Amino acid sequence: MTNTAEIIEPREGHREVLESVVVRFAGDSGDGMQLTGSQFTQSTALAGNDLATFPDFPAEIRAPTGTTFGVSAFQINFGARRVMTAGDQPDVLVAMNSAALKVNIGNLRRGGLIILDSGTFKERDLRKAGYDTNPLEDGTLDPYQVVEIDVSKMVVESVKEFGLGTRDALRCKNMWLLGLVYWLYGRDRQPSIDWLNAKFKSKPEVAAANVAALNAGHAYGETVELPGEILGYTVGPAKIDSGLYRNVAGAEALAWGLAAGTQLAELPMFFGSYPITPASSLLHTLARLKQFGITTFQAEDEIAAVCAAIGASYAGQIGVTSSSGPGIALKTEAIGLAIMVELPLVIVNSQRAGPSTGMPTKTEQSDLYQAVYGRNADSPLVVLAANGPGDCFYTAIEAVRLATKFMTPVMLLTDGYIANASEPWMIPDFSSFEKFPVKQHTEAEGFEPYNRDADTLARVWAVPGTPGLQHRVGGIEKDFTSGHISYDADNHQRMTDVRHAKINGVANFIPEQTVDQGEAGGKLAIIGWGSTYGPISRAVSNMREQGKDVAHIHLRHIWPLPRNLGDLLSSYDTVICPEMNNGQLSTVLRAEYLIDVKPLTKVEGMPFKIREIEAAIEAVLGA
Amino acid sequence: MNQQAPIAYKPKDFATDQEVRWCPGCGDYAILKGVQKALADIGTAPENVVFVSGIGCAARFPYYIETYGFHTIHGRAPAVATGVKLANPDLDVWLVSGDGDAMSIGGNHMMHLLRRNIDVNYLIFNNEIYGLTKGQYSPTSRLGTRSPSTPAGSIDAPVSACGLALGAGGRFVARGIDRGQKELPGILQRAHAHKGASFVEILQNCIVYNDGVFDGVVDKSVAGEAQIHVKHGEPLRFGADNAKGLRFNAKAMRLEVVTVGEDGVSEDDIIVHDQTNLALAQMLAAMDRPDFPVAVGVIYDNPADVTYDQAVKAQNESAKADAKITSIDQLLRSGATWQVD
Repeated sequence: MTNTAEIIEPREGHREVLESVVVRFAGDSGDGMQLTGSQFTQSTALAGNDLATFPDFPAEIRAPTGTTFGVSAFQINFGARRVMTAGDQPDVLVAMNSAALKVNIGNLRRGGLIILDSGTFKERDLRKAGYDTNPLEDGTLDPYQVVEIDVSKMVVESVKEFGLGTRDALRCKNMWLLGLVYWLYGRDRQPSIDWLNAKFKSKPEVAAANVAALNAGHAYGETVELPGEILGYTVGPAKIDSGLYRNVAGAEALAWGLAAGTQLAELPMFFGSYPITPASSLLHTLARLKQFGITTFQAEDEIAAVCAAIGASYAGQIGVTSSSGPGIALKTEAIGLAIMVELPLVIVNSQRAGPSTGMPTKTEQSDLYQAVYGRNADSPLVVLAANGPGDCFYTAIEAVRLATKFMTPVMLLTDGYIANASEPWMIPDFSSFEKFPVKQHTEAEGFEPYNRDADTLARVWAVPGTPGLQHRVGGIEKDFTSGHISYDADNHQRMTDVRHAKINGVANFIPEQTVDQGEAGGKLAIIGWGSTYGPISRAVSNMREQGKDVAHIHLRHIWPLPRNLGDLLSSYDTVICPEMNNGQLSTVLRAEYLIDVKPLTKVEGMPFKIREIEAAIEAVLGA
Repeated sequence: MNQQAPIAYKPKDFATDQEVRWCPGCGDYAILKGVQKALADIGTAPENVVFVSGIGCAARFPYYIETYGFHTIHGRAPAVATGVKLANPDLDVWLVSGDGDAMSIGGNHMMHLLRRNIDVNYLIFNNEIYGLTKGQYSPTSRLGTRSPSTPAGSIDAPVSACGLALGAGGRFVARGIDRGQKELPGILQRAHAHKGASFVEILQNCIVYNDGVFDGVVDKSVAGEAQIHVKHGEPLRFGADNAKGLRFNAKAMRLEVVTVGEDGVSEDDIIVHDQTNLALAQMLAAMDRPDFPVAVGVIYDNPADVTYDQAVKAQNESAKADAKITSIDQLLRSGATWQVD
């Protein structure tokens, strides 16, 4: 029988009700952990919980099986209340093998639940995982509730009838454990069954085996008594704003935002990119959105990627390029060219831990200096930062708007966490978005390539193919209006000043900074940018519930800064800036406003924990 | 009918009001003249022509051509030109580069532009020296070139521009000479007519830092013996009275110089130039003084069925035609969604 779940009576008893839970799935990178995680995420969203996820990959694509450096994990925090982060500590660890246990047990809440495959704790497995003694026997697991199941054996048994070899049978292990976790939280299996059948349409026996494994895991939960008399849990639906929702990952939302931006600007887009972790998913997503007037180009290197985007901008499209820190470094000279010739360009930086190659799969926010200051000479551009997966959509649109309105490069900062994490997202009504159609210059009378708009100081955009507007631009300093080469001293001063004034003037066309939680003025403000939004937001709301006078301010516009920000920050006794770097925004704010912003820094390749920010608040305002 | 007769352009229609600032006597003047004549002969409206350049003396070129022009950064002109052409395949896109710009700092982009086969015309002004930075040896400098950075002579082997272009998969490779005004505009016209990436090496004299480096090839007194003008379908003959020719020595698998009428060599022994023959093109491109004449003209012209820019356009169009999701609202609602009330 394939669907034993339907013929066995569930045990008596009631499910325990929980406010929120953090579950971490961990296994070999070939075990399908990300896939398992995304299926669980989908079912959790459908159950009405709020959630946040954190996929945590190893750098190795397929490290030797059973080793600690091949462990891949997926963490999800879901609850009956608003969930702002993927969770400080897992409550539940699902370990597919002994190496996954070894890597992940350190962060598990004491008293938390471990579900593990005891079939992977043989002497050879333990040696590969680096265990001297068997953690199942040496007391390592005493502080936790442990569910030991020989999953490997049970999976092979449950899919026997489909004639798969042992190796293929074992590949269904993730579905068996997913089935068990579905039972644990009372989830509907049907969407995953439908998904499996669709995914393995051409291999019906593989689909059937996976479904059988899923059902077998579920049935196991229903029939076998788990230690601690676990009868499953219920996490009620969260109170979230009404609307139509979906799950969205940052890279996906960013791609959609760029596609949306190109529609609002009513211009085609050219996306030039070179593969780099964690930015490649943007290229992959956009490559499938060509119907929106998007050309994607995988260049020979980072420099060619940005240069091709600049060439496309010169020819009248919206040039976009993307990378991560080291790749952005390579693009820097070309970004200077785009500043000099004043063409629209969007540069997406999915930041990762550095310097140099650093830790490509680990998140960090340490490219803020690079974005704001990191070019030769006085070369200002616009810098924006998305604060989470869904926000990437809006920030990408803003990047396209500002790049075309001001004829300037715009750097959009995300990070590895935002790019890969997913969250439920209320789908906006796109017809309500304000269009910003771009007008290219066609009038030959009085044309000079550096004629500027009086309000924005943006130069005219005259594209090849337009009769009578033939002109030359380039990286050599140009005459203030004609664009001819000029080495004139006064002209260089004037051009430097106008490039500076143009970018500063962007502040007049962006919203004033608002306070996310709390009011202007008070004892303490926490100012953040980018993916620290979740933990800061939750920490501040927890502290405010305790009556503490703390506000949360979160920047989208990093450069230029919102015009009221200096006054706003001055209205607090203390300002703390948590960031996943050594204090970069803090330095910028200090330099701009002469305010004693206190950095709260962390560079561990992991997002902030809520508790870490709460502790910083308590250190100022008392516990 | 509102059809207009094509405008007849003159070379001066492609001259700008900018004062040309190359050193007096620089080979670039002659090339500029040749290009302006070629553009007039081709007859594309100036607004539909774009010149893209990198950095170096040659890279100043766009300022002197009355079309659209983009003077970019060192070595990256092929990448910028790629973006221009992909954004608007209807434009005639020309690249102007030097030996250092194209084959040193920009070597990677040159290789990929050629193998991708984007329909642009890529002109390399090869003077075998860095001019703008005041005379350092370049990747095409002969072994032993004395320069400020190699006072005892350069010790690294030079690259052959045409050989590199063929190796990278270039499907149109030609060589011209700055002062070869009779021939150069025609070569440029052929480059333009070729669908796909066209590569033209132009031997160019740097009067200040490398004066006379090509004298052994271009000086009138030796030109007849030192150059072979290759033409598709015609025997590969050169020298006084066209007495000499190239013969293929099958045993040694190489070309050899022979004289018709001597040592039993007849006209039939001379190879007839086939511009679609890659092996022949590679041998012709590699010929150098003193053992061989230098090949001038269209060495290789073998267009592919489709160019990269046309293939990109076709994919974009079929994506549009086949798309199931055609609006942003649809896109945002694709996949699993749920309603919260």
